[in-house]
Amino acid sequence: MADIIKAASAGTAEKSDLIVEVEPCEQGVEIELESVVKNQFGAAIEASVRDVLEQCGVKNARVKIADRGALDCVVRARVETAILRGKE
Amino acid sequence: MRRSMLFLPGNAPKMIINGNFLGSDAVIFDLEDAVAPAEKDAARILVRNVMRDLEFDRCEIIVRINSTDTPFWQLDLNEILPQKPDIIMLPKTGCAHDVEVVDDYITAMEEKLGFAHNTVRLMPLIETALGVENAYSIASARPRVTALFLGAEDLTADLRCKRTKEGREIEYARHRMVMAARAAGVDVYDTPFTDVNDDEGILTDAALAKSFGFTGKASISPRHINAINQVFSPTKEEINYAYEVMDAIALAKEQGKGAIALHGKMIDAPIVARAQQTIAAAEALGIHKEDLV
Repeated sequence: MADIIKAASAGTAEKSDLIVEVEPCEQGVEIELESVVKNQFGAAIEASVRDVLEQCGVKNARVKIADRGALDCVVRARVETAILRGKE
Repeated sequence: MRRSMLFLPGNAPKMIINGNFLGSDAVIFDLEDAVAPAEKDAARILVRNVMRDLEFDRCEIIVRINSTDTPFWQLDLNEILPQKPDIIMLPKTGCAHDVEVVDDYITAMEEKLGFAHNTVRLMPLIETALGVENAYSIASARPRVTALFLGAEDLTADLRCKRTKEGREIEYARHRMVMAARAAGVDVYDTPFTDVNDDEGILTDAALAKSFGFTGKASISPRHINAINQVFSPTKEEINYAYEVMDAIALAKEQGKGAIALHGKMIDAPIVARAQQTIAAAEALGIHKEDLV
């Protein structure tokens, strides 16, 4: 359940997908979100990102999201993958 | 009834999230050839989430895991099995031992997960000369095996011959697979037709596979699904004839006759068996006697 130890990413720039980049952060979680549906779903996407970080035991991380209209299950999958890669 | 199986790349969200609506009887979420080695982790997490969160009520879910000679197959099963896929497809199955190894692993996981034994079925993908030669022992290795599937692209590479549209180079493998599967009492699926723009070709190729005894066929394109479903469904004439056969048999019994003719042809046991299969297939597709005119 360690924090992110290196910069890592997951996902693609294809439609219905997103690119998630994670990197170490000294204190807390910082999320930068860019999405075609930010006005409508920005808060929900950010909540999902925070939820996955918590499930993966990550307390400190900088997360950058470039979303192309991904479903919630896809957002969660890409965030989890990026975290796992950042912990390796 | 499973006539068509559609391959969808396991790391492509825009494809797999629509899997329920593409018309195939089964979708195959592919964690193997369609996924680059560096993306295996991403694909298995994505497929797991899609299976967990989206509804697939119009098709079965098959997941093609990586083969047992890679470091990925157990990791694939660890993520996928808790989502209770209908079938695990095992690529490059060469012998019964490959089935046994994976069956043992799935059995142990089913016990841990509290699933009934053999909840998740297994479909060995046979795509090597060794696999073709061992087809019967593979099909009968464990009760979990529900069908064999022929993969002609890898097979023809193994045979060192060219893959053609006509498919003469895989005729022996097709016959051998059908024979082995039927002898073992399991279904058998034909290789995809890979020219996605050839609408006539898919009909011809599917009809050939059906004439050999295949249960259905896989596809790499949603565009081929209608053709496959059409070819592997019984026709109205076939269904009508099947009911005529069953009516004739019932009449013979009523009249105490041992044998009966229909349209000048004697009705014997194989004809009755085929009629029963046709009626079962029609009913599985929701076509009942009263719907026919």
